[in-house]
Amino acid sequence: MPVNPYMPNSDPEMKKQMLKEIGVKGVEELFADIPERIRFRKRLELPSPKSEYEVRRHIEGILSRNKTCSEVLSFLGAGCWPHHVPSVCDDINSRSEFLTAYAGDVYSDLGRYQALFEFQSMIGDLVAMDVVSFPWYDWQNVCGDATRMAVMVTDRYEILVPRTIGPDRLSVVRAHCEGLADIKLINNDPEDGQLSIEDLESKVSSKTAAVYIENPSYLGFIETRGKEISEIARNHGALFIVGVEPLSLGVLTPPGEYGADIVCGEGQPLGMHMYFGGALLGFLACRDVERYVSAIPHRLISITTTERKGEWGFTYVLPERTMFAAREKARSFTGTATALWAITAAVYLSLLGPQGIRELAEVIMQKSHYAMKRISEIGGVRVPAFNSPHFEEFTVNFDGTGKTVSEVNKALLKHGIIGGKDITKEFPELGKTALYCVTEIHTRADIEKLAGSLQEAVQ
Amino acid sequence: MRDGEMTGYHAVAWKEPIVHQLGRRGRRGYRVPMVEEEIKAAIGDVVSRIPEKMRRKEPPRLPELSEPEVVRHYIRLSQQTYGVDSGIHIHGTCSMKYSPKLNESLARSPKIADIHPLQEVETVQGILEIMYEFQKWLCELSGMDEFSLQPRGGAHAVFGNARIIRAYHKLNGELEERNEIITTVLSHPCNGGSPAAAGFKVVTLYPDEETGYPDIEALKSAVSKRTAGLMMTDPYDTGVFDSNIEEYIKIVHEVGGLVAIDQANANCILSRLRIGDVGADLCHFNLHKTFSTPHGSTGPGSAAIGVKKGLSKFLPVPVVEFDGEKYYFDYDRPHSIGKVGGFYGVTPNILKAYAWIITMGAEGLEETSEVAVINNNYLLKKLLEVRGVSLPWGKSHPFRLQEARFSLQKLKEETGIGIADVNHRIVDFGLQDMETSHEPWIIPEPFTPEPPETTPKEDLDRLAEVLHRISEEAYTNPEIVKTAPHNASISKIDRAPSSDPKKWAMTWRAYLKKTKGEEK
Repeated sequence: MPVNPYMPNSDPEMKKQMLKEIGVKGVEELFADIPERIRFRKRLELPSPKSEYEVRRHIEGILSRNKTCSEVLSFLGAGCWPHHVPSVCDDINSRSEFLTAYAGDVYSDLGRYQALFEFQSMIGDLVAMDVVSFPWYDWQNVCGDATRMAVMVTDRYEILVPRTIGPDRLSVVRAHCEGLADIKLINNDPEDGQLSIEDLESKVSSKTAAVYIENPSYLGFIETRGKEISEIARNHGALFIVGVEPLSLGVLTPPGEYGADIVCGEGQPLGMHMYFGGALLGFLACRDVERYVSAIPHRLISITTTERKGEWGFTYVLPERTMFAAREKARSFTGTATALWAITAAVYLSLLGPQGIRELAEVIMQKSHYAMKRISEIGGVRVPAFNSPHFEEFTVNFDGTGKTVSEVNKALLKHGIIGGKDITKEFPELGKTALYCVTEIHTRADIEKLAGSLQEAVQ
Repeated sequence: MRDGEMTGYHAVAWKEPIVHQLGRRGRRGYRVPMVEEEIKAAIGDVVSRIPEKMRRKEPPRLPELSEPEVVRHYIRLSQQTYGVDSGIHIHGTCSMKYSPKLNESLARSPKIADIHPLQEVETVQGILEIMYEFQKWLCELSGMDEFSLQPRGGAHAVFGNARIIRAYHKLNGELEERNEIITTVLSHPCNGGSPAAAGFKVVTLYPDEETGYPDIEALKSAVSKRTAGLMMTDPYDTGVFDSNIEEYIKIVHEVGGLVAIDQANANCILSRLRIGDVGADLCHFNLHKTFSTPHGSTGPGSAAIGVKKGLSKFLPVPVVEFDGEKYYFDYDRPHSIGKVGGFYGVTPNILKAYAWIITMGAEGLEETSEVAVINNNYLLKKLLEVRGVSLPWGKSHPFRLQEARFSLQKLKEETGIGIADVNHRIVDFGLQDMETSHEPWIIPEPFTPEPPETTPKEDLDRLAEVLHRISEEAYTNPEIVKTAPHNASISKIDRAPSSDPKKWAMTWRAYLKKTKGEEK
C-alpha cells in the first residue's frame, strides 16, 4: 500500500526514526496503558483503502440515485425551505479559513469572531432584540433552550404552546423539559387558525413560565394578535417567547416590537441549501436583561475595543455561566454549534440589506397567494384551511375529492412534481391535508403546472 | 536563542469595520427574482392583507452593500481567521486533523445539497444508503449493535445518551429512585452538563494523585441503588487511558446502572480498542473530530450514538433501515426518546465522514491511531525538554495516547509567566493558541496540544522550538511575553464587557445604544 496522502509521517522510515527519538522499540509500548485483554486484535471488517478517484466514482454513483429539487418541481417546506442561495454564500463558506477553524482565541481568529458578532447583530436587526446568542443547532433545539430559560428566569414550571406548533419542535421541547416543566397545548380558532385568546386565558396562571407562539405558524398562517398575547402573558408574570421564520420579518412586525422576551427561529432560509434537512441553523435572542442573559446556555460574543484606536475586539460574555465552566451546575449543554452556517447567514443578510429582504418577503407572499388562488379553483380542494393571511406555506385539503394526500402526491410525482407534506396524521382535525410551500424560486409557469397537475390528480 | 526564530510573520491586520459601518444608502448586493405581471395583477397589494399591527413599519436596520463590497469584507475576515489549512493547528481535545478536499467537494454536489428531507424515500435512496452503511461501519468500529446519526455534536449525543438511560430506567419503573449519574472530573464537561439538563443529579469523581484517574474504591463508594449510570470520557483529554474502565463497568452493572463512554478521543484507539467489547452499553463518536469533517469555525459538527441491542428501541426516531431492496426511515419505535432535532442529522458531515472511512479503509484507520500516537509522544518528548514544562502523572503514564496535558506551573512560579501569557505570545510566531483545559483546572497552568496523524514532523519540531524560545523569553525578557501579542491582527483587548451588563453588547444595535454614539 502506498503512503497515505493525508499522513505526512506514515512513511515507515519516518515512523522508525520518530519511535527511536521517543526512546521505544516499537509502537506497542506507547499503547501500554490499554490492558491487553481488552485490546482489539483483529482486522476491522471495513473496506480496503481507496484512491481519490475510486472514492469519487463510488460516491457519485450512489448519490446519482437521489432526485434533486432542480430535477423535479418541489413544493415541500415544513421546516426546510427551498430558496435561492446567492453564489457569494457558497463562496464565503468554502473559504478554507472559515471552513477549518474551530476554537482559537480572538488573537488568532479575529475574523471568525467578527463574522459571528455580525450574525448576532443582523439577527438582532431582524427580530428587534438587543441580545442574540451564538448560533445553535436548529429551531427545535433553540425552542427547547428558550423554554428552559423561561423556567430558570421565572422559577415556574409550566409552558403553554399552540396546538399548531411544528410536531418536531413539540417533540424536542418536550425532551428538553422532561422532568422539569409541563407542556400544555393552547387551542386555535378553527376558522382563522389564530391562537384562541379564550383558551389561553383559561390556561395561563401564576404557574406559567412562558407562553410560546410561532409566527408564521407551522401551518403557514400569520399570527396577527402578538401584542394581545404578550400582554396576557405579562399580566400573569409569564415570559412571551416567539418562534420565527426570518425572511417573513421583511414584512412582519418584529417580535421585539410586540412584547417578546425571547425569540427563537430557523436560519436555514438565510443562504443554506436544503441538504436533506442537514444544514439547519437555530438562533436565539432575548431582551438585554442580566437574568435573561445569565440563563442563555450558549456562548455570547460581545464587541469591545482594544489598546489601539480603530480596532474592534471581541470577547465572550459571562463564560462562567455555560456548561464549559459550570459543568452540571449549568443544567444545560452547549458545544460545537453551527458557526459556518451563521457566517453564511451574515453574508446573506448583508447582500439583501433592508430593502432586499422586504422585497423578497413580498415576492414570496405574492407567489404563495397566487398559488393558493389557483389551487382553490380546483373542484373539491379547499385552500387554505384558515381564513388568515399566510406567508409562504398553506394547507391544501383534499376531503372533497375523495383522494388521500398520498394518492395525490403519487399522481403528481408522475408529472415530475413533489407535492406538499402530508400532515393528515399530524393534524387529524384538518382532514386529508397537505402543507404546501411556494417561494421566490417558483415561477408562474411552475405554479400553473402544479395547478394543472393537481386538477388531473384529483379527478 | 534557540531555533524558534521569528520568521517575520505578522497576521493580516485590516482594521476591518463592522459590516454596518460599510456601504452606503441605496446599495444592494442581491437582486430578488421578479414576480410576473399576471401574478401582480391577480393578487394585488398582498402585504396590505397583513393587519396593520402585524405589518413591519421600518425595514430592519441591516447594512446596505453591493456584492463586491460584501465579498471583500468577508474575505478580509476569513484572512484574519486561523484554520487547520492555515498553519500549525494543535488545539487539543478536538482532533484538529486535515479535512480532505475530496470530501468537501463531494458534499457540495447538488445531489446532496439540493434534496428535501421530506421527499419520498424512493427519490433519496442514495443518501439513505450512505447513512445506512455508515451506521454499520460505526458498529464495526465500536463493537456496538446499532447507531443513530442524529445528534448535532458531542454534547448533544451525551444529552441523547442521558435520555436513553432515563428512558431505560423509566420503562423498568426505577427512574424515581435512580436519579444519579456518576462522572469523572477529567471527562469532558458535557458529561456533567448534559445529564443535568436531562434531569439527573450528577456525582463527580476525582482522580487519584498517582494514577490520574479515580480509584476503584471511590467508584464503589459512589454507586448505590440510586445510580442510573456512569457517563465518562475515555481516553481522557490528558491522553491517559483509564485502565480501570472494565472494572468500573462491572461495578456499575452490578448495581443496575448503565455505562455510556464518550469516545470524543477515539482517534488514538481506532482499530485497537472497541468500547462495546469492553462492556459499555452506550457510546458516541464526534464526526468532526475522529472522522475528519471540518470544524466550520465551531460547527456544524455531527455526532453518532451507539448502543447495545437491548437499548436500540430507545434510539431517536427515525432510524435508517434496509429491507433488502429499499432503504427507509423506521419511525415505528414506541420506546424511542423521540426527535432530538429537525429531520435526521448533519447529512453533509455524514457524507464527508463516510468518504473519509472509505478512503482510509481498515488498514488506514489502524495507521491513523498509530501515527497520531507516535506524533503525540514525539511532541511530548520534545516539550518535556522545555524549561518550566512538566507532565503531571508523568511517572505512572510516561507515554500518552492522542494528546498530553502539560503544566506550566514551574514556569509561572519562576518567572510569573503562565499559560495565558504564553498563549498570547505563541500567536506572534504564526501559530495558534493552545487548548488549556476544560474546567476545573485540576492541573495548574495547563496546556493540551494534540497533533493528529495529519501533522508533519516539521510542525512538531517548530512548535517545540517556539515553546523553547518563549520559555527563554520568560526567564530573560518576560515583558515581551506579558505584552504579547505583538504580531496579531489586533492589540490587547479590553475584556470588561465580558462581565459588565452596562458594557456588553451582543449586537451592533445594543452597542450603539450603550455608547450613545453613532459609530465611532
